Amino acid sequence: MSADLPILSIVVWLPIIGGLLVLGSGDKAPNVSRWLALFVAVATFLLSIPLWTGFDSSTAAMQFVEKAAWIPAYNINYHLGIDGISMPLILLTTFITILVVIAGWEVIQYKPASYMASFLIMEGVMVGVFAALDSMLFYVFWEAMLLPMFLIIGVWGGPNRVYATIKFFLYTFFGSVFMLVALIYLYFQSGSMGILDYHTLKLGMTEQILIFAAFFVAFAVKVPMFPVHTWLPDAHVEAPTGGSVILAAIMLKIGGYGFLRFSMPITPDASHQLDLFIITLSLIAVVYIGYVALVQSDMKKLIAYSSISHMGFVTLGFFIVFMIASNENAETGAILGMEGGMVQMISHGFISAAMFLCVGVLYDRMHSREISDYGGVVNVMPWFAAFMVFFAMANAGLPGTSGFVGEFMVILASFRANFWFAFLAAVTLIIGAAYTLWMVKRVVFGDVTKESVAGLTDINAREALVLGSLAVMVLVLGLWPAPLIEVMDASIKNLVEHLAVSKL
Amino acid sequence: MEFDNSQLMTILPEIVLLTGALLVLLVDLVARDSDRMWPYALTLGTLLAAFAAAISVSGGGSEIILGGNYVRDAMGDSLKGALLLIAIPLFIYAREGLRKMDEWRSEYLTLGLFSILGMMIMISANGFIALYLGLELLTLCLYALVAYCRDSSKGAEAAMKYFVLGALASGLLLYGISMIYGATGKIDFPGIMQQIAADNAGDNRIFVFGLVFVVIGIAFKFGAVPFHMWMPDVYQGSSTPVTLLIGSLPKIAAVAIALRVLAGAMESLHQDWYMMLVILAILSMALGNIVAIAQQNIKRMLAYSTISHVGFIFLGILSGTDEGYRAAMFYAVVYALMAVGAFGILIALDRKGVVVDQLHQLKGLNDRHPWLALTMLLIMFSMAGVPPTVGFWAKLFVLEAVVSIDLWWLAVIAVFFSIIGAFYYIRVVKFMYFDKPIDDEPVVVGGAAQTMLAINGVAILLFGLFPMLVFGLMKL
Repeated sequence: MSADLPILSIVVWLPIIGGLLVLGSGDKAPNVSRWLALFVAVATFLLSIPLWTGFDSSTAAMQFVEKAAWIPAYNINYHLGIDGISMPLILLTTFITILVVIAGWEVIQYKPASYMASFLIMEGVMVGVFAALDSMLFYVFWEAMLLPMFLIIGVWGGPNRVYATIKFFLYTFFGSVFMLVALIYLYFQSGSMGILDYHTLKLGMTEQILIFAAFFVAFAVKVPMFPVHTWLPDAHVEAPTGGSVILAAIMLKIGGYGFLRFSMPITPDASHQLDLFIITLSLIAVVYIGYVALVQSDMKKLIAYSSISHMGFVTLGFFIVFMIASNENAETGAILGMEGGMVQMISHGFISAAMFLCVGVLYDRMHSREISDYGGVVNVMPWFAAFMVFFAMANAGLPGTSGFVGEFMVILASFRANFWFAFLAAVTLIIGAAYTLWMVKRVVFGDVTKESVAGLTDINAREALVLGSLAVMVLVLGLWPAPLIEVMDASIKNLVEHLAVSKL
Repeated sequence: MEFDNSQLMTILPEIVLLTGALLVLLVDLVARDSDRMWPYALTLGTLLAAFAAAISVSGGGSEIILGGNYVRDAMGDSLKGALLLIAIPLFIYAREGLRKMDEWRSEYLTLGLFSILGMMIMISANGFIALYLGLELLTLCLYALVAYCRDSSKGAEAAMKYFVLGALASGLLLYGISMIYGATGKIDFPGIMQQIAADNAGDNRIFVFGLVFVVIGIAFKFGAVPFHMWMPDVYQGSSTPVTLLIGSLPKIAAVAIALRVLAGAMESLHQDWYMMLVILAILSMALGNIVAIAQQNIKRMLAYSTISHVGFIFLGILSGTDEGYRAAMFYAVVYALMAVGAFGILIALDRKGVVVDQLHQLKGLNDRHPWLALTMLLIMFSMAGVPPTVGFWAKLFVLEAVVSIDLWWLAVIAVFFSIIGAFYYIRVVKFMYFDKPIDDEPVVVGGAAQTMLAINGVAILLFGLFPMLVFGLMKL
């Protein structure tokens, strides 16, 4: 732990300042902006690596802590720190951002500097969300995320982008303002804005349920959970490829992270009380949204619904913990579920990013996302087809890929709670395979029947680099998830123990 | 009650401002340059000098002077400082706009300076007499300014409406004041406070009756629902440089009188007045935010947006806590900063013969002038209360104030309406960023106005990152 160098602050602010520089570089010299953006993104990623190498995985305490008074009048601090839950997500963010910058290299011709700047600012803000330990700091980052995303979808999005982006903005804004009231209430109860102070705050049941509800609205919209998921397909379909990647890979994870950092530890009793409710919603997302995905004719929409279904696993893994608590060997089972949820978040970050990038590759060439416009792509784009099939397998949860690990852990944990939960969750493996592979069959395989498809060119080096690095991550995580699990183990264990103690 | 010369030092800022305003009148008579550089420079110089004077006389504690009518205290210092500083960009933008309209005359400067003097008197009023004098000085200047463009029938109509309704409100206020005077026999705020405390157990019906009228008078000046009728018409009918003045600084003075009267003189009657403010606040937030959605005219939309902001300011005042009062002051100052910027942008977009006041005229601004669009984007998000802009902290602090007195349901109502409000603010962003321009005329902005707008935008972001820079100065 190097306390002297504020690494976290650097990882938060470097991309934001870099983004402003890129914005200032203007659209007159797009290559300067692109290289500058790539430089900032890579530098941020390299600087975030010490967060992992210097991380002490034996403790659940916050590390790399920075604390300075910000608004003393309300006891608001600039307080950053990471534990085993937030650290992997930060690395995911810095890694994916590089890919997004590369993926948008030549594709974005309209105001490329602003495009790159939006993503860099977005990166810093998202890292800030994961690193913030002061609730107001968290909220500032949380809301600040909306701003660049709103513009990314609205400026560079598809034909129906205005509707999609306003819906996205209002949905998420709606979710978060009630959280704000809850946070203010908690401030007056505890006299502090620190998230960790809220964890130890004693709260009555009614209070807990109201606070839980406020948090739930915020995080459920972000995840998104059924039935507040409808903004996601719209946003995904209209967003440019990079926007979809960031949305699916990281922004959705922020909802899951919110459950782990706020809802569960601050209101454990309410979470316990309402666990069946959340589990039901999660299972509906897993099964019903899986079926919805099956009938989509638009590739991006299909992957968007598959994201919702996969995120259902995450919330299922988190809240199954309370169900397991009554059984024997409770702790191991609970930890399994929660870690499964976490692994699923990271893995889905890679896989969904890869899937959206694959669709992006096709869209850049054909300007269509309709499955029926394709067919036989393998004949003209063999390399691309290989990647797409691989990622589709991962999305379907093929053993050996990261997609399998998380889902397997969650299903295993669900068995300890209730056979039927596990059964329903396992059903989705079949549905997941069905909708993903069916899409791949229709897009990639078969004969080339359309002239436009016959003229396609295979992926270039830039696209191969992006997809290849994601493929490596998916494989590594699938074959050897131990390092990831080890990193979060202490923090998850600590959280599970914390949840076992009533706050009433 | 003898006159003491040394007391004059305390009102140095007002003296400087008055002298400056008179000098502007005089210089305009002598220096007959068509560009009116001298009066303009003198105006800005006066504001800076008054600001310097305000700093030099500022300090802790409070001094009551001029026979108990006038007070200088920390609250007055902070609000006057903010008022004078925000007045500088205001005059810069106004010059830009008036020159484009070929209406660039020194009357605007003189009337503007006198109205600021009126606001300063309101801020420092320690009794109803001074308060009323300041208020009338302010509103008389504003009536005249609304009719500033002599040939504009809309302006004349707006001025007429404003004058009639304003006079009515002044009448109500005076009626209330007379009742309070009748009930207590005092006209200065500390005296009234002591009198209330003295006959605590007695029958205070007449007093509370007077209080209602005073609250109505204040609500009218704020433009709180249901006393808001004048605002949309006046905002729309005035030329943009005048709306700029009406829509920004007076809110700071209005907060000051609300705090002097309600929080100062009648703090012990908090139970009697806070519910009135709750109703005014809820109605203002609801009507302001909902009706703004239907507007196609930006100035009208901003008028309704102002109404909703007034509701938020009331949240701070009604809490009855020092933190709440500070939050309300902060909100008013932040609001003035945002409003000046928003109208400043409209002025920057004006061209000779083309007045920009329709939403669709903002279409594609990002393609025409990206930096102006970015500034407007920051202002809109700030008004919607989205971090990291300063508008978020303004909303946060007033929400904290109401939650601190256990009115958390009111906070929920407030955030609910701010979601509705977010819609029409981001619609402006939508026009600027997502739509294609409808005309390709280049945007011509003077250097001074452009620089000031940039500073204005940066300030909104900077104060959003470091709110203590402003909030730390809001003292009671």
